[in-house]
Amino acid sequence: MNEQTRFTGTDSYVATEDLMVAVNASVTLQRPLLIKGEPGTGKTVLAHEVARSLDKKLIEWHIKSTTKAQQGLYEYDAVDRLRDSQLGEQRVHDIRNYIKKGKLWEAFEADTAPVLLIDEIDKADIEFPNDLLLELDRMEFHVYETQETIQAKHRPIVIITSNNEKELPDAFLRRCFFHYIRFPDNETMERIVDVHHPQLKKNLLRAALRAFYDIREIPGMKKKPSTSELLDWIKLLVVEDISPEALKSDDMKTILPPLYGALVKNEQDVHQFERLIFMARRGQN
Amino acid sequence: MFTHFFLELRKANLPVSIKEYLLLLEAVKQGLAEYKVDDFYYLSRSALVKDERNLDKFDRVFGHVFKGLELLSELFQPDNIPEDWLRKMAELHLTEEEKADIEAMFGWEKLMEELKKRLEEQQERHQGGNKWIGTAGKSPYGAYGYNPEGVRIGQDGTRNFSAVKVWDKREFKNLDDSVELGTRNIKVALRKLRRFAREGAIEELDLPDTIRSTARQGWLDIKMVPERHNAVKVLIFFDIGGSMSPHVKICEELFSACKTEFRHLQYYYFHNCLYEYVWEDNRRRNTDPMPTWNVLHTYGCDYKVIFVGDASMSPYEIAMPGGSVEFWNEEAGEAWLRRVNDTYTHCAWLNPVPKRHWQYTPSIGMISDLFENRMFELTLGGLDAAIKELSH
Repeated sequence: MNEQTRFTGTDSYVATEDLMVAVNASVTLQRPLLIKGEPGTGKTVLAHEVARSLDKKLIEWHIKSTTKAQQGLYEYDAVDRLRDSQLGEQRVHDIRNYIKKGKLWEAFEADTAPVLLIDEIDKADIEFPNDLLLELDRMEFHVYETQETIQAKHRPIVIITSNNEKELPDAFLRRCFFHYIRFPDNETMERIVDVHHPQLKKNLLRAALRAFYDIREIPGMKKKPSTSELLDWIKLLVVEDISPEALKSDDMKTILPPLYGALVKNEQDVHQFERLIFMARRGQN
Repeated sequence: MFTHFFLELRKANLPVSIKEYLLLLEAVKQGLAEYKVDDFYYLSRSALVKDERNLDKFDRVFGHVFKGLELLSELFQPDNIPEDWLRKMAELHLTEEEKADIEAMFGWEKLMEELKKRLEEQQERHQGGNKWIGTAGKSPYGAYGYNPEGVRIGQDGTRNFSAVKVWDKREFKNLDDSVELGTRNIKVALRKLRRFAREGAIEELDLPDTIRSTARQGWLDIKMVPERHNAVKVLIFFDIGGSMSPHVKICEELFSACKTEFRHLQYYYFHNCLYEYVWEDNRRRNTDPMPTWNVLHTYGCDYKVIFVGDASMSPYEIAMPGGSVEFWNEEAGEAWLRRVNDTYTHCAWLNPVPKRHWQYTPSIGMISDLFENRMFELTLGGLDAAIKELSH
């Protein structure tokens, strides 16, 4: 494998060793890569960074609950054609004028292999992944209206993200490489923050991280704060020019950290959080 | 090449297929692992495991296959490590000379005792079961020339082999929940209850009809139809608390599958048997009860009713007024269940208790009779049968 097609993270994305192996395996063997993990751990961003570091075009297909597999291939706009037939347009005679290409087609047609991101595949109907099996496996599909088969010029690098709202069918999983993005440990987190806020003072970073992990440790949290929320919070701390002393871990247990609204977003969690701190304070007095 | 590994994974109930195995071999052939154990571990994990719940199992099998480790701490409780097993292990792997050496330094008894103590200590020191004997680096065996590979306990002597640590940490332990009946399976079963119907506002273009009509008329004639919806209406009653506690997991799965599958879904909780009150939120059961009459009057007879409960209680709780364990019920539970069956033609009772145990609990038979034998086991097969019963 030459160095150019090897993904090793970028200047704005910290990739762990195991993530790099998974990405490189899927790039080399041209199989889809399925990424799962807690929300906010950088699943979608990964596709952007892979495209950037391998210098390839990124095609994004965001899935919604109403998305059908067919929409990724192509759609036949019968209404448009019907209208044209009323107006006596010449182009009505060629059905090809009314076939709208989907994201997958776009990816198959690209001159250099692009990165195709299928984002949040679990949002769609339960049969959605099954409907894409053959297309992703052989990288070709048949256009019924024109009787032609579209084949990928270059197999795109397919990155699929899932939030685990629905389980995916086995047949689909068997064709993918899989990577579960674990919540980063303290050390990795420091590197991540460093990439995003390079000018951050070391002691503020330490204090912020400690506060952050303390909050994540609170038992019974409905939604633990994620990496992206930490980055937002740190941005706020910098803008507001909060001193590291205000985040000291000892006080942490007795006072609310500044701007905690950026970290704790569930009403019940805020309540739980405040109650714990209240109890700690009472215990201290 | 790694057939043994593959078979071990299968044996550990990891759902790996031949296709995935071939994919892994292809990746190895392409030089992706580059002869580094770490990379091979990541690569095989990425190719073979497709569900984070299985990652921990994989880690264990990997450690076991590639280091020949026995998972001692989980096989044996510290107080019942068979001594002759330890002795045999050691005898098997030691040369006569070594044995003589050990004899000279320690004596067999002492050695075995020491070994046993170590295992006990390990059991006490941690909860996760992932710390091996000797990783603390003060094992006496290494110093006295005893070969820890022989007894194969844990990871001793691998300090210069950093890769091992990666899977030995078993970081995915808490993700392994050994669910057999996933929500996906339940959802697929529930799909059969779908009844698509077009009702409500006319908002979707009816393409075939528009084309037909346009061709006939000679001008554009748009036809619209209402959107297709899953029109089935479902009312679910969950038994909660008490004897249902062991079945919470499967009920949660059923519930979450139902919730996303049906648009018209109503659910209520009850305890043991249905009486004059049910409640919508289990936390507010005492403050916000809902009279069962209101439920029966609110939801039309086109609703399909599913009860989920173990139906295991004292027969009095069904047959007698005042039989409830929680409050004084004016009417017997029986009367209420009958009322539900009279109101709704499509009723079923799903029971998480395995069918072969039903005969030992009289109340299960009583309720099954009340439901005209429409009680089904809460398994995929039972769910299928129940759905069939509900959908005709």
